[in-house]
Amino acid sequence: MKESVRKPIIAIGPFHPLQEEMEFFQLTVDGETVTDINVRISYNHRGIEKISESLQFDQIPYLVSRICGICSASHPLAYIQAVEEIAGIEVPDRARYVRTIINELERIHSHLLWVGLGGHFIGYDTVFMWAWKYREPVLDLLEKITGNRNNYGNVRVGGCREDIPDELKPEILKELDIIEKKTEMLTKAILDDPVLHARLKGVGILSKEDAINYAVTGPTARGSGVDIDVRHDDPYAAYGDLDWKVITQTEGDVFAKAVVRLLETFESINMVRQALEKLPDGPIAVEVKEIPPGEGCGHAEAPRGETFHYVRSDGGNRPVRHKVRAPSYVNVPSFRASCIGQKIADVTLTLAAVDPCYSCTERLAVVDGHNNVIHDYDALLKLSREKTARISKELGYPGLKMEDLEIG
Amino acid sequence: MNREELENKLSEIKGKLISIEQTTDNRIYLLCESENSYAVNKFLFEDVRCRFVIASGIDAEDCFEVLYHYAYDKLGLIITLKAFIRDRENPAIESIAPFLPAAEWIEREIHDILGIDIKNHPNLERLILADDWPEGVYPLRKEVKK
Repeated sequence: MKESVRKPIIAIGPFHPLQEEMEFFQLTVDGETVTDINVRISYNHRGIEKISESLQFDQIPYLVSRICGICSASHPLAYIQAVEEIAGIEVPDRARYVRTIINELERIHSHLLWVGLGGHFIGYDTVFMWAWKYREPVLDLLEKITGNRNNYGNVRVGGCREDIPDELKPEILKELDIIEKKTEMLTKAILDDPVLHARLKGVGILSKEDAINYAVTGPTARGSGVDIDVRHDDPYAAYGDLDWKVITQTEGDVFAKAVVRLLETFESINMVRQALEKLPDGPIAVEVKEIPPGEGCGHAEAPRGETFHYVRSDGGNRPVRHKVRAPSYVNVPSFRASCIGQKIADVTLTLAAVDPCYSCTERLAVVDGHNNVIHDYDALLKLSREKTARISKELGYPGLKMEDLEIG
Repeated sequence: MNREELENKLSEIKGKLISIEQTTDNRIYLLCESENSYAVNKFLFEDVRCRFVIASGIDAEDCFEVLYHYAYDKLGLIITLKAFIRDRENPAIESIAPFLPAAEWIEREIHDILGIDIKNHPNLERLILADDWPEGVYPLRKEVKK
């Protein structure tokens, strides 16, 4: 009997050492070249689609904004647009503009976050420090408008919860000028850097054909020459009233994705400016009584691509089905096309280049469904203390208390 | 294709559909029985050249539904193919992943959470449920309470 050839497998995960989220990649390698990848996800389930069926329509925005901290404006917006489609609700003009401003501020901070992480992943920590430093004021602006740096909770069925006060406009505009200048400096430094060109160009190419077959969205698609953008194709909020461009690059490599995100940041800054200038007067919400039976699809362009929500109502006060599709759910599987045949070091970077978000991707099963134990804070604290005591005992460790220490 | 050409194109597959419905200007629903879903999906992806968005599996009490959502971005449309699986005892539907790799994960997810058999799927392993999740418990079915 012939002995089968055994191939070495490099296991990365279940806790990814670089992306710091729960995912498990097993790379089959031939020397330095990756010949196959097996991925296991779903370590991070929270059961959001199931929970949603037990909540009322106006409670769900707060649930779905917790799918992902970064996309906490685009998820609720997509959901709300689906519900507004079912009920045929016309949103006041001012609310459309406020939604646009919040969503574009979200894109600016998310793209800067990725640029920083991208720098970190290739060992270029100056880029990481810069990008995150310039991202910080965007979060401050969001906090001033909505009360939170993330999880804004600012949209509701029929409009918005918090208005943008007129007296805040000059401050936002001033901050935007600073952010634009800094982002410009950062972008020029990145585009000028021969080391970055050498490291990122030609790496992890996703061809246009593969981009279509894997149905990728957002900067992952636009970096491969597929010019799709929900804001442009099916305009929602106030995007139809603004003057802006869909940014595309044709190369499909990591560099192209970086360029798309950087240039989009400038478009977003411009969009916020225009929206502030045109911000119409009037109410920010209409009263919504009930949601009739029916079904609706809402989608919004999140920083990582199209966020899609499908909602079905039977006329009660809760949805009978609520489906969520985050952009990473289609972007991540494209690794099959972009990573096989690459070197190990490039694969790590290529996997990061789609800006994957695993907490978005996994939402379904019920946490600890086997014996239905739900741990609250006190129970977890108790478990933690018990574990520490058990380990101390096993190791014969005497245990040390603060008051036993002689200080000074 | 403009809107009129698209609607003419969609009418080519009418023989395999129960009906075509439109809820708003840019949302089109195509209804079909599960036996025809493979052919209609192939038509939407390869002939109409729609972008696959996602599929939603639904426990509709008297039957199962699988909704295949597509986008026709040039016209800003969402076209949803709604396939009915009438057999509640042994629900099954043909996989579309062989010609549409983007559907591989969601078909595995629908298999996990609703217990719908996906025929001829290239790799029907668990995606969403944990490895030690009990066999035969499908969390998104209505009989499973939160």
